[in-house]
Amino acid sequence: MTDTGIISFGAYIPKRRLQRAAIHAFNGWFAGGLKGLARGEKAISNWDEDPITMAVEAARDCMSGLDRTAVETITLASTTLPFADRLNAGIAKEALTLNEAVSASDMTGSLRAGSTALLQALDGSKTQLIVASDRRLAKPGSDTEMNYGDAAGAMLVGKDDILARYIGGHSVTIDFVDHFRATGVDFDYSWEARWIRDEGYAAILGEALKDGLAKLEIDGSAIDHAVIAIPARGVPQKLAKSAGISPDNCADTLTAIVGDTGAAHPLVMLAATLEKAKPGEKILLASFGQGADILVFEATDAIRKRAENWGVSGHLAFRQEDSNYSRYLLHRGLHNLDLGMRAELDEKQPGTTLFRKRKAVLGLMGARCTKTGTVQFPKSDITVNPNDRAQGTQEDWPLAEKRAKVVTFTADSLAYSLDPPSFYGTIDFEGGGRLVTEFADVSLDEVEVGVEMRMVFRIKAVDEKRHFKKYFWKAVPAIDNPAKKGDA
Amino acid sequence: MPRGIKDKVAILGMGCTKFGERWDKDPDELMVEAFDEAIADAGIETSMIDAAWLGVGFDQMNIGPSGIPLSIALRLPNIGVTKIENYCASGTDSFRGAVYAVASGAADIALAMGVEKLKDTGYGGLPVRTRGTTYDMIGVTGTAPGAFAQIASAYRNKYKVSPDDLKRAIAHVSVKSHANGAKNPKAHLQKEIDIETVMNAPMIAEPLGLYDCCGVSDGAACAIVTTPEIAAAMGKTDLVAVKALQISASNGWELQAGGGWDGSYFPTTRVAAKKAYEEAGITKPREQVSLMEVHDCFSITELVTMEDLFISEDGEGWKDVRDGFFDADGGIPCQIDGGLKCFGHPIGASGLRMIYENYLQLLGRAGERQRQDNPVFALSHNLGGLPVQNVSAVAIVGLHGA
Repeated sequence: MTDTGIISFGAYIPKRRLQRAAIHAFNGWFAGGLKGLARGEKAISNWDEDPITMAVEAARDCMSGLDRTAVETITLASTTLPFADRLNAGIAKEALTLNEAVSASDMTGSLRAGSTALLQALDGSKTQLIVASDRRLAKPGSDTEMNYGDAAGAMLVGKDDILARYIGGHSVTIDFVDHFRATGVDFDYSWEARWIRDEGYAAILGEALKDGLAKLEIDGSAIDHAVIAIPARGVPQKLAKSAGISPDNCADTLTAIVGDTGAAHPLVMLAATLEKAKPGEKILLASFGQGADILVFEATDAIRKRAENWGVSGHLAFRQEDSNYSRYLLHRGLHNLDLGMRAELDEKQPGTTLFRKRKAVLGLMGARCTKTGTVQFPKSDITVNPNDRAQGTQEDWPLAEKRAKVVTFTADSLAYSLDPPSFYGTIDFEGGGRLVTEFADVSLDEVEVGVEMRMVFRIKAVDEKRHFKKYFWKAVPAIDNPAKKGDA
Repeated sequence: MPRGIKDKVAILGMGCTKFGERWDKDPDELMVEAFDEAIADAGIETSMIDAAWLGVGFDQMNIGPSGIPLSIALRLPNIGVTKIENYCASGTDSFRGAVYAVASGAADIALAMGVEKLKDTGYGGLPVRTRGTTYDMIGVTGTAPGAFAQIASAYRNKYKVSPDDLKRAIAHVSVKSHANGAKNPKAHLQKEIDIETVMNAPMIAEPLGLYDCCGVSDGAACAIVTTPEIAAAMGKTDLVAVKALQISASNGWELQAGGGWDGSYFPTTRVAAKKAYEEAGITKPREQVSLMEVHDCFSITELVTMEDLFISEDGEGWKDVRDGFFDADGGIPCQIDGGLKCFGHPIGASGLRMIYENYLQLLGRAGERQRQDNPVFALSHNLGGLPVQNVSAVAIVGLHGA
């Protein structure tokens, strides 16, 4: 038993759920084998989401009601990070307005990136935010296209007020190449599923499970929740059984409704399990990828009184069925639609201006005039208050977590957008401040003057010429956690 | 209160090209076409022009930087030429430059030219462009229809006008302008339309359909101004004089002050209009203004502008529009030449085109579309930029001494 554990957890699952039947309807003529996979749905991110934006949303969910200044380290785990050399976790740090005196790192290179980051954090002594997020591309017509989904999971780890104590862990590393993706290449190359099942899951992960439990001196029968993040039907149950764990205690792999979310999957599944766990219950997390990670936790009494957040259940309930396979492909750069001349705007981002305005752009940091109380975005030398030209009086005023109301809006069919029509408008924040911004993931029946909105971190534009991504904040309708509907 | 510009400057001559898809001409040739008409009207030699202003909105996409393109196109005698870019107010602002130069006595005769060549971009509507390094990080790229369509959402909400009532009222704006444009040989669009065509057109930016939006055009318009004394010395009678010229620029209040502006009107237009009426000595605009050319980039803009110019009561503009008060035979004709909607909208030229029409109407030279009841004060209005950050211009011209 250690003195570290999980303080809080969060998740992000995109709203749109692509129907697998829609993929089969389009590609089945060519890839007949897809028919057996054409059931259920998978979570798909919008064009303006990537592993960083999804990680930010999961981290915000995880940090609901908590003091972000307590975070000493942030780690972003993913196999699909947008930047090879620009600290991806650093972008998340800016969006989350964490302290500048924070350590940040990217963890990548394996589907175990998330679980390994979590394990290493639990072995440490600092308050660490671990976020795992993936948005893997798959070739149209492939099995992986049917299986892969997009999501992110987040865990705050430390010593105080933990809701699941870390009992211990076990790792093995073996260069077992069930699939790989070379640097700069879009798609995975995968070996035969039967070989992976026998030599990978059963042999490597099966042994690691037994060895890990033995090392921690825990009998398999003591495990109440087996979070075995192997999105292959029946495999977690078989592995559990061979390790003496009741197969009935296996957590749902979420494959039918979310898909395989890569490096995010262990943390997403763990978050879903923590939502249900009761004090004293033992939770095992197992992940696989060129070896295996095994982590075991015991829920504490604090799990009963955790902060309100959406978690996995809330995001699962916030769902929109989607059969638009053409749009799905376009959003992944796999559909060469004519974007028109309006898409030709050069989106070159000067590094100098981004650095000067980084708090406003990445952190949605507004300003409040200490003399007049006027809140505005962004900060300026002279206040916008029409009755007082107070100068040099503004202090930081974070807006990202504030709710806002729609003042004006439109749905623009002329503007270039990968998700037309382009919604945008003016919103007023509670407590002051105004922003003109885009609205994300909305349809015409959801937005009207006066509707309450909340902010989400998204891609604003992509500089295709120089391969740079520009991030900013967009508004989405603010709704209560749909998983709690009916509760008074 | 400054003494103002009233009756200090007279228009000596004006010119305007045919607006439209001018596949045949470059911007310099359009400027020559407008200038030829103006210089003939003025009856002076080019060598008599002391200073010139050039208004253009999208200079990077047509003439390029500086005032030099005007100097080269007209072979001006190495006088000072200033290029003005102030969104859709560029034309009126170039006129202001020339008028102020004459009023100050620094110039005896000055030229204002507005030009725009937008049909070389390859697509319809205004070109997408950067709005500066900060805006590009935090602003909405969007389009002009999308920006102005939002006025409708706020206006509906504020005055509890049903979406259908407002859509029909703004449809009337476009039907009226098309009827007027059909009588104007220089107009880009010269075809009448009916209200159902407007109502059923494809949606561009909710709730603005295709016919709620003006297109973009190529064209040029220009004015040659001098003092009334010099004009009289040249033997000119029936002088049209400048009565008021006001420009108001947003200072970020609409864009940034939460809980302030409600998005349903243009505070800059109200500021400019109030000052302009004061400058011109107009106390009851609904009774004293004879004609209006306003910035109908979108039908909803024209509608709320009727309130911003204090012609209609707040929240009542949509009824005045619907009831035909602004039709060619109504109380105060608005866009009697077809407006931006049909005469066309070459950005830099538009403000001068409006003054050109008012000038013709005041002198009884407007042909088939001539207003019969002897107009006295004719107002023109531009709105540049986006509703959340705009520049508004109001110009009033009238017969000298009126």
